[in-house]
Amino acid sequence: MKQFALFLGCTIPARLTHYESASRAVLEALAVNAVDIKEFNCCGYPLRNINFKAFLQLSARNLALAERDDLDIITLCQCCFGSLKKANHLLKEDALLRNAVNSHLEKEGLRYTGEIEVKHLLQVLYHDVGIAAIQKEVKRMYDGLRIAAHYGCHILRPSTVVQFDDPLSPTIFDQLIEITGAQSIYWPLKLECCGAPVRGINDELSTALTQKKLESGTGAGAAYLCVACPYCQIQFDTVQGSMPSKRGKDHRLPSILYPQLLGLCMGIDHGVLGLGANQVSITGIEGFFAQVSTGRGEGRQQGVQRSRGEV
Amino acid sequence: MFFSLGLYFALAIFGAGLLYKIFTWFRSSISIGARNITISRRIFSSLRGILCTLFSVKIFTLCKVFILDVVLNRQILREDVLRWFMHISIYGGFMLLLVMHALGRYTSAALFDNYYSTINPFFFLRDLFGVLVLVGVAIAIYRRFILRIPRLFTNVRDHYAIIIVAVILLSGIALEGVKITSHTIYRQMVADYAGLEDAQELQSLEAYWVQHYGVVSPTGHGPFTAETLAQGEELNKASCVACHSRSQWAFTGYGVARIISPFALWLDSLNAHGLLWYIHFFACLIGLAYLPFSKMFHIIASPLSLLANAVMERGQSAPANIATRQMIELDACTHCGTCTVRCSVAAALDEIPNINILPSEKIASIKALASGRKLTNHELKTIQEGVYLCTNCYRCTVVCPVGINLQDLWFNVREMLLQKGLPEFSLLSPLSFYRGLMKEEIGHRDYQRPLLKARNAIADKGDNTKGEDQVLPLPRRDGAFKGRLNLSAQASTFSVCFGCQTCTNACPVVANYKKPQEVLGLLPHQIMHACALGLSGLAFGATMLWDCLTCYQCQEQCPQGVCITDVLYELKNCIVASVGEQAARAVRKR
Repeated sequence: MKQFALFLGCTIPARLTHYESASRAVLEALAVNAVDIKEFNCCGYPLRNINFKAFLQLSARNLALAERDDLDIITLCQCCFGSLKKANHLLKEDALLRNAVNSHLEKEGLRYTGEIEVKHLLQVLYHDVGIAAIQKEVKRMYDGLRIAAHYGCHILRPSTVVQFDDPLSPTIFDQLIEITGAQSIYWPLKLECCGAPVRGINDELSTALTQKKLESGTGAGAAYLCVACPYCQIQFDTVQGSMPSKRGKDHRLPSILYPQLLGLCMGIDHGVLGLGANQVSITGIEGFFAQVSTGRGEGRQQGVQRSRGEV
Repeated sequence: MFFSLGLYFALAIFGAGLLYKIFTWFRSSISIGARNITISRRIFSSLRGILCTLFSVKIFTLCKVFILDVVLNRQILREDVLRWFMHISIYGGFMLLLVMHALGRYTSAALFDNYYSTINPFFFLRDLFGVLVLVGVAIAIYRRFILRIPRLFTNVRDHYAIIIVAVILLSGIALEGVKITSHTIYRQMVADYAGLEDAQELQSLEAYWVQHYGVVSPTGHGPFTAETLAQGEELNKASCVACHSRSQWAFTGYGVARIISPFALWLDSLNAHGLLWYIHFFACLIGLAYLPFSKMFHIIASPLSLLANAVMERGQSAPANIATRQMIELDACTHCGTCTVRCSVAAALDEIPNINILPSEKIASIKALASGRKLTNHELKTIQEGVYLCTNCYRCTVVCPVGINLQDLWFNVREMLLQKGLPEFSLLSPLSFYRGLMKEEIGHRDYQRPLLKARNAIADKGDNTKGEDQVLPLPRRDGAFKGRLNLSAQASTFSVCFGCQTCTNACPVVANYKKPQEVLGLLPHQIMHACALGLSGLAFGATMLWDCLTCYQCQEQCPQGVCITDVLYELKNCIVASVGEQAARAVRKR
């Protein structure tokens, strides 16, 4: 059984608990053991604008805690992922920074030597579990469901640091979506920012960017957005829910978290997946399940072909 | 007489202190929703709230919370078993001592016909409870002074709490020990209860007590003949055992008695038991009288906080009551440090030396703020920074053993401070995400003003290039500027920029505006160029810095490998540090 230290960060336990429960359920079903480290703190991301050293110190403490327990980290948040990756990258390379950070960590008996890897949920599913193993757990599949995959900035870029996938034409998330029988469509603003980083700093800008993404998604014929980051999800769900629809056009595009999308196919309980917790309702997704659940392989084949044709 | 007088006096001070404290709950406020509510309306509103709750189904919730959280300390148990044992020992033991022993003449004597503090089970239980408290105090000392938990601070109020409990307990045990050995006390007891006249009988009884009860006599220390002891035992049975168990049952006092027996006669001649009684009694009275002003006030405020938070909710409860609840919460805080130990950003203290980052320390500052004391701008600024350096992860609120809604407290204090007009640069970081989500609660003007304040404070330090045909004076070149961008190796990469503008073309923020320069000042490639030229004023003046999404599109696409986003991060760090320093210096000068 694979083991990881589950890094939830600050946003998920406070504002998106169903992302946590859905992810835990999916990981458990796929025989990935998510271990909790109670002492984990903020990844440092929010402090990067104002104090680089404080950011690094916070991030390093998490890495040191994981190293103490000899576990790699799995995150559910793009921004946590980007920050921890960045810190890990710097600390592995730069002995001076590592010493500076360790001089503080040693006060509480911690030390980071650079032995830990940081992975995102999507990476664990794709690389550690594998497409084939996930397919075995899929009990029913969507039919004719068009999904707009939103990767999120900090999982893709800077590619030299995060090393997730090809930063210009990534496919990992699309492949994971297509396991469910859904079709991951092409949409022009697929790799753009959700707008969340400037929420609270420049709300107009933040909303404008979200609006563009939603328009791009609906324009490409997506029925749902699919994300794997709490910031993106709050932006596309909570913030979209409170956004007035502009110019009379309705750009409502519900956003579903990836573990919710996958969990439904794996037959995980709706309550655990928190389907009712979304602000912009996603319960309609049930309607996309093929009526007959036999002939799985066939449907999957079709789904993949369809998406290739589209691109 | 003296006992009653002292007790009533202490009770009077305690009562006055309690009333004063309750008055402050209704007088002060740190709630943004209750700024204009009068004291009388708050009192009225709280009475109404209490009555409405008591006569609704919520009464069951209150009962449950009272048993599980107030009496059994469920929340502390969840956090740490040792600490739970510590607290249960101290407060359980102390409460039992208070009821059975301290107020014995009003409680135990009324409940039991044959009550004497010197017979079992009371004799034994008193020591057992005392030991329980002492064990708790020992754990507290171990946790505070030996364990050295990082970022757990111990202040004067914590010292006082530990000292007063320890003094009461230790003086009590010492008193018991001295009394066991005291010949004077023994003679008094014989005179009061035994009614013996015969010298031989008196001697036998004394011999028996010296042998078996730990009394130290100036005349006989044994060895005694079996005959004498047998007679002593007879007399003891006849006159003493009805109201005095063997001293060994009071095991702590007896232990002390054994230790001090070599110089017990000297102590007796000094009337040490009288002195110890005064110490013990006065320590108790001080503890009682000072209780409303000490950390021990949590005995009253913490249950209230737990109960109030179990039935109150933002948006449903009256704003007046929430304001009052928050004031109770400030008194309920025991400075136990659980919030700080679990805080998401506490470790930032290593790099940002502001104690107000730690939730447990913020409370003290907020108390000062709520009391209406005039704080200096420097103090306000420090509290503001501490309160803003928070990711709003709710962990402090979830773990607080006394149920304080800390999250709500931070939110209110933050908004209240921001309205005072001191610029807060942390506003320009993703820490503001939560504030953005809470916009509706703040109100449009109050929401925007602090943001503008922070942006303007920074923009004033740089050159303004916004607007059409902006005429700039010849910008000053800052030779040391390049050297200052040194937080990470990436920052120096701006020097290889050849101005192809790919970054600017890739930027979604630039793309969002028809005339981006008017809104953003310099665009990404221009900022890189300004850095290369050492024109710090131009680079720092660009609003672009604060509108950057950090989406890394620019950096990813740069053909020259310039780490544009990282350079922007670095510039933001630099200007925040230097403006922050200048502001601090200005405040200090004043």
